[in-house]
Amino acid sequence: MERYYQADLECASLEDMRALQNEKFLSQFRRVMENVPYYREKVEKSGVSLDDIQSIDDIGKLPFLSKDDLRESYPYGLLAKPLSECVRIHSTSGTTGKRVMAFYTQKDIDLWYECTARALTAAGATNEDVVQVSYGYGLFTGGAGLDGGSHKLGCLTVPTSSGNTDRQIMFLRDLNATIICCTPSYAAYLGERMKELGLTPDQIPLKAGIFGAEAWSEEMRRDIESTMGIKAYDIYGLTELSGPGVAFECSEQTGMHINEDHFYPEIIDPDTGEVLPEGSEGELVFTSLDKEAFPLIRYRTKDICILSREKCSCGRTLIKMKKPKGRSDDMLIIRGVNVFPSQIETVLMNHGYAANYQIIVDRVNNTDTLDVRVEMTPEMFTDNVGDIAAKQAELVNGLKSMLGLKAKVSLVAPKSITRSEGKAVRVIDKRKI
Amino acid sequence: MAIKQISVFLENKPGTLKEMTKVLANAGVDMNALSLAETKDFGIVRIIVDDVYETANVLRESGFVCSMTPVVGVMIPDVVGGLDRVLEILSAADINLEYMYASLGGKKQNDAYMILRVENCEKAESALRAGGIYVLSQENASDM
Repeated sequence: MERYYQADLECASLEDMRALQNEKFLSQFRRVMENVPYYREKVEKSGVSLDDIQSIDDIGKLPFLSKDDLRESYPYGLLAKPLSECVRIHSTSGTTGKRVMAFYTQKDIDLWYECTARALTAAGATNEDVVQVSYGYGLFTGGAGLDGGSHKLGCLTVPTSSGNTDRQIMFLRDLNATIICCTPSYAAYLGERMKELGLTPDQIPLKAGIFGAEAWSEEMRRDIESTMGIKAYDIYGLTELSGPGVAFECSEQTGMHINEDHFYPEIIDPDTGEVLPEGSEGELVFTSLDKEAFPLIRYRTKDICILSREKCSCGRTLIKMKKPKGRSDDMLIIRGVNVFPSQIETVLMNHGYAANYQIIVDRVNNTDTLDVRVEMTPEMFTDNVGDIAAKQAELVNGLKSMLGLKAKVSLVAPKSITRSEGKAVRVIDKRKI
Repeated sequence: MAIKQISVFLENKPGTLKEMTKVLANAGVDMNALSLAETKDFGIVRIIVDDVYETANVLRESGFVCSMTPVVGVMIPDVVGGLDRVLEILSAADINLEYMYASLGGKKQNDAYMILRVENCEKAESALRAGGIYVLSQENASDM
């Protein structure tokens, strides 16, 4: 029996959802025009007036906001509430070098935690569960977001934050944690450590995990699931919009339901900005319909994915987004070919390698080079150089057919690639362009 | 009755072999034979040691990837044609040699030993014995 946190919204009819979105959008738009001079100027400059926007169907007339706008207006320029009404900030990890700061009123925080409570409920959480939050706490939204949702549901919340892996495993076993929340790369590392300690899935009390904040492949999911004996759920979010919980996965595992009563999604052509019909692949754009302190209208996420309203077996009617291939920020252009780290991960896992890898891009004699560093595993090792070289060649061929590009594969010593406790550093781009 | 070789994966960069020998020295492991196969970016060290299981354990604990491989050890008399005789027997029995390496007689000094990697150790050993070649047992190999 599927459980929902807010069934009336999660299973609303399309008609009701559209009406709700329309009503929220119109008042949000007016409020932002009134209170955010930076945004008002941007809209006026684009030649759109307040009267041009009569319903949410007119949203396509409005200009986009991007990370550049956030940087230009840093820190207070997009604030729509006086600071006296704000209670919290969060900030991105700056993995792409551009730090974002977002503000929250108490209502913003409450609605955000409702979103993560929906995600936890979809992963099977009730007040009987013990939820270990191994996302970092602090400026990063991961820890706070899942912690808040877990409290809303009345779960026993274990705020271990990230790091100190053996202590994580001790808490997990001593308290019989049933649900764990962290980045997928840290989940893989936890699983690897548990295996080293000789723990089999039936000795690990976990039943589910909620993993997000970085791109990960389907193969990595299956690997984490079998190592820990759990069901692994994806979660999606951006600090700019609130944090994790913008979209979440249900047991069908075929995409994430967007909390579209709070975040209105569009898919656009990243080059022309044109809105694309449902089912097309393009860049995801969000409008926050409820955010008070830091409301973004038509914010470009740089995530490339597909939206779908196909009926879901879980009963939710919330529109689904396919797992993004990765942020377009993460996308590498190597010898003119678009490469997402997640594609490389898929090939590695299909060939039986672990999820510990590093991608090194360089430019030698004006040609881009791609070096994939993979750790040797006991399963892959033999005493025969030829056999190992053959496995290396298989991997090179696998990468070639996935990427359409020749990569070098370097086999490195076990544990020589640094394990991450938060977001993994998968790519080292040494090119100076 | 094959003897056991330890094969270890090493990255091809300065100091990796030294790291391994340090681990073995600290654990008091005595190496009796060693061969190194290398490619551009990795190498495999193959060793015959006094205590196979202890060696595999300390290497794994120190984070090395290693495996145990059955190999054939033979004593080669130090005379002209000594190795040729051994290879003649293998060739006649249609046994393919993947790789081999030599070891001096160690404590016994006079003879040379060869470590042979073949598909089927048992078949090779019985052919060699039938040809009058002295085949090493694990005990011999550990005590070289």
